[in-house]
Amino acid sequence: MSAALLYALAGAALFAIGLAGLLLQPHLLRKILAFNILGSGAFLILVGLGQRDGIIDPVPQAMVLTGIVVAIAATALALALARQLLDLTGQMRLPEDRPDTEPADD
Amino acid sequence: MTDFPDPLPWLIVLPLLWGTLAFLLGPGRGGRLAIAAIALQGVLALQLAGQLLDDGSRVYAVGGWGAPLGIDLMADGLAAVMLLLTQAVALPLAVFARGYFAASPKGRELFWPLTGFLLAALNALFVSADLFNIYVTLELLGLAAVGLVAIAGGRQPVTAAMRYLFATLLGSGAYLLGVALIYGSYGSVSLAVLTPLLTSEAPLAVTLAAALILTGLLLKTALFPFHFWLPPAHGGAPAPVSALLSALVIKASFYLVLRLWLELFAPLATVAAAQLIGALGAAAILWGSWLALTQTRLKMLVAYSTVAQVGYLFLLFPLATLVPLGAADSAVQGGVMQAVAHGLAKAAMFAAAGSMIVATGRDDIGRLGGVGARLPLTLFSFGLAGVTLMGLPPSGGFSAKWLLLMAALESGQWWWVAVMIAGGLLTAAYVFKVLRRAFLPVAEGDRVTRVPRTLEFSAFALALAAILLGLFGAPLLELLAVGRAA
Repeated sequence: MSAALLYALAGAALFAIGLAGLLLQPHLLRKILAFNILGSGAFLILVGLGQRDGIIDPVPQAMVLTGIVVAIAATALALALARQLLDLTGQMRLPEDRPDTEPADD
Repeated sequence: MTDFPDPLPWLIVLPLLWGTLAFLLGPGRGGRLAIAAIALQGVLALQLAGQLLDDGSRVYAVGGWGAPLGIDLMADGLAAVMLLLTQAVALPLAVFARGYFAASPKGRELFWPLTGFLLAALNALFVSADLFNIYVTLELLGLAAVGLVAIAGGRQPVTAAMRYLFATLLGSGAYLLGVALIYGSYGSVSLAVLTPLLTSEAPLAVTLAAALILTGLLLKTALFPFHFWLPPAHGGAPAPVSALLSALVIKASFYLVLRLWLELFAPLATVAAAQLIGALGAAAILWGSWLALTQTRLKMLVAYSTVAQVGYLFLLFPLATLVPLGAADSAVQGGVMQAVAHGLAKAAMFAAAGSMIVATGRDDIGRLGGVGARLPLTLFSFGLAGVTLMGLPPSGGFSAKWLLLMAALESGQWWWVAVMIAGGLLTAAYVFKVLRRAFLPVAEGDRVTRVPRTLEFSAFALALAAILLGLFGAPLLELLAVGRAA
């Protein structure tokens, strides 16, 4: 098994773990962490497959750097929203919202 | 490239600039600046469309570097149509938003900066020429859109924003994994480099990548059964935000599905996959329309109507895949026409709904009595937008559905015709549900106040544009043909 394939398989496993966490974990912080794991899996595949015959390709490295910046921005927004939700509802999980039965806020 | 300034990069830089300026000016400020800048963007988009009609599609190398070192921007007919739609919807909505936030200040603090970033992301997405740049613009778009959903604060909008954020992040995660697999297989993300490389004998990893990318984008477009996040997000936000999201943001991921399906992934497209997407579209039309009919809140009704109208967009895939060339052309034209018509009409409908909510002080279809008498122009705009959504002549919605019907009959797929007719009837039912209530007299104890003129006229301008599109849609189809394989 080549190193590239090993990285890719590890990345795929991370992606699957992240996906499961994002869908199954009710706690918001766990969901946010799961999203980061999922993203890291995709980055690992991108970097892992991006080497030809042991020569490292710099382009995917640049892409992953950009991707990390994007992931940090998304994480910050998610944390800010989770914090607001905690202040509003007192819990760190998505409430069962049925907007059609709730009085309008606006 | 003798034109100065070149419209292609400025369409991205300009909204970024005024968005940042609006943020620096302070909370709630920058509305007038935004309106002026969006008008300028409209001129740039028209200028770009003119260049394309004269010289065919074009490429712009950012910073003069050029691919593969730098980032290329690429504009063809389809991109130009979407750019025109974006500026055409954004301008009346900006006028509307100024009036709306003056009357109902909740959420005005960050509206203008986030709208600037949203428009920059949209314009950049439409002219991106490589898969990774598309990923970045998709994320920018998603983050700006989530921010806009949450600006009003309160339990329901923040919950909707959180749910929307997870949905959109999952969608872009799947997209990014697909991009990684494609880069691993071909060593490039440029659409121009990849398109000739990708053939029907592509390795399994590429088929998997295509499935991941398309699924991620369908999640972001809220195609049934991925529509769960859309109604609370679009129905809970302030009216100008709902209008931007429903009219433009979901069109961005639809645009990508369309472009990738027709160009990059065309060798992999199978009839079964196309029929599956079409079936999901049909389910969205019927289920979304039915749920719209059962809503008691006005904005939720309009939001479920978006779920249904998204379904029409996806009917083009079975009609354009592996069928006679004439039918495929007519299907693509119909699908793009539907995207434009729905963009204008849904912006008008959300704007009109926003005016009605400001006037009655509540978001309740049962309490709309008196709106017909006090806000006739707003109700007329709502009705005109409804005409487009139903697909009655002479609206843009009619042209779109007519082109789709022609494609269905030409390619012998009559079952989509039945879906379109049923969807049209259900649409009529939920539009008339609102109109019927609005024509009733004011209920005892309710008050209907007047709203500023700008609110009424901006909604009317959008609704009128959706109708005029049906009468003067030919130039748009001519523009769409630029750069498509003849």
